[in-house]
Amino acid sequence: MSEALLRVDGLDLYYGDAQALDGVSLEIAAGEIVAIVGANGAGKSSLIRAIHGIERPARGTVRFDGTDITGWPSHRVCEAGIGHVAEGRQVFPNLTVLENLEMGATPRRARAAERQTLERVLEMFPRLAERRRQAAGTLSGGEQQMLAIGRCLMGQPRLIMFDEPSLGLAPTIVQEVFRIVRRLNEEGLTILLVEQNVMASLKIAHRGYVLENGRIGLSGAGGELLANDRVRQAYLGL
Amino acid sequence: MTSDFLLSLAQAVTKGLLTGMVYGLMALGLSVIFGVMRVVNFAHGEIMVVGMYLAWMGFEYLQVSPMLSLPVIAALFFVAGYALQSTLISPFIGRPEHQQFLLLLAVAILLVNGCLAIAGPDSRSVQMDSQFDSYELGPLVFDAVRLHAALAAVAIAGLLWLFFTRTRTGKSIRAAADNNMGALVVGLDVRRLYAFTFGVGAACVGAAGALMITIIPVTPFLAAEYTLLAFVIVIVGGLGSMTGALMGGLLIGVSEAVAGLLLQPSLKSMVSFGILILVLLLRPQGLFGKSGT
Repeated sequence: MSEALLRVDGLDLYYGDAQALDGVSLEIAAGEIVAIVGANGAGKSSLIRAIHGIERPARGTVRFDGTDITGWPSHRVCEAGIGHVAEGRQVFPNLTVLENLEMGATPRRARAAERQTLERVLEMFPRLAERRRQAAGTLSGGEQQMLAIGRCLMGQPRLIMFDEPSLGLAPTIVQEVFRIVRRLNEEGLTILLVEQNVMASLKIAHRGYVLENGRIGLSGAGGELLANDRVRQAYLGL
Repeated sequence: MTSDFLLSLAQAVTKGLLTGMVYGLMALGLSVIFGVMRVVNFAHGEIMVVGMYLAWMGFEYLQVSPMLSLPVIAALFFVAGYALQSTLISPFIGRPEHQQFLLLLAVAILLVNGCLAIAGPDSRSVQMDSQFDSYELGPLVFDAVRLHAALAAVAIAGLLWLFFTRTRTGKSIRAAADNNMGALVVGLDVRRLYAFTFGVGAACVGAAGALMITIIPVTPFLAAEYTLLAFVIVIVGGLGSMTGALMGGLLIGVSEAVAGLLLQPSLKSMVSFGILILVLLLRPQGLFGKSGT
């Protein structure tokens, strides 16, 4: 494997006295889909937030494309080329769909081609195009998830971190979301996918890590993990 | 009911509407700051009184009309508000309200006593050339100074609306107010936006001060009264709602003027507080507020 696009080394994160991450290390090469699976409260979202600079790790380093970005504020991390589709979608409910998308183009390097990116996003998500003048709060859960993904694309990231993109969505929409993730990857984007839907995410991932109580328990190719007895027992109930 | 009475009532309502527009601009500053950062600016009336004094000084010492010094005062207040937020208030965001209250109360006391030390306790007013001009519309007489102040207030509110709906920074501020986590996720620099917002709020109230001095003489002791008035207006209109602040300003302006006519001028605050209590009882989110936010 060549130099990793994202490399996390020995990351510790605390909320007060509670330790959320304990020496987490992982790497993602450009062009990969890497899944991080684990139970609720295993630290999956904490890991994404620590990488994004929303939470500040106590120890460890995060390197993106060779640059140490540990402790950078979240707006600089976005500027560096990391996109984030957050848990719970986090759209701006009182802003229109178009305004939400415009906010996605906050990183300065994404501004020059903003119009072209917008056209591409609206083409990719025709539902958003139909509802462009509607307040985002009036969209259905699935449409909001598409908006969150579209908004992230507006920032022209090289790496997208998806945090529980299937949470709370109807099964057909979940399939759609995974299809989109795969398609974005085929178009050249690197993906970090955090999911409790272990089966679906390991199926599309090149590699996966299992996060248990803030630590990396297992790692390997997606198919290998799916065949692993421990994973099958603990997460798939097989 | 004589027609004389009806005419003076119409006259009082007109006067109240005009004053109310300036009130609305003042309250808008408070509402913007609260709506975005959930910080209640307890130094609001004090900031406005400083604006009134600056406009008075410009007129007294430099012979500049408050209408002309207004943009300068607004710009100064924007910078001061930006600096105040990024240094003093920023560490208090997210802390319990009573701590924010103490901090802003301290700022308020410093400002009022600064005014007192520099300008003294006497009331100061601006005597403009147009002081006694008026416009007539049928039987109604519009006080020229008041009309100009009201029009300027409406124009500034319009500019503010354009700022929040047409510019990227304005939309970003609305986004950060709408969903803080969402703002972090898309990479908005929330601390900078907060400082900008406080700057905008301070500029609004500074501009309102420059307009207010043309209608009402200033003393340092007006400050607390205006802080309270701004609160009443914003709560009646709905905390965080821009339309609410403007409409609340008109309502309170009219109620004060009508109370002055029907009861006594000194009883005008009683009517405002009465409206406040009614709103809190019947529609606690305010006339234009959204429930549950």
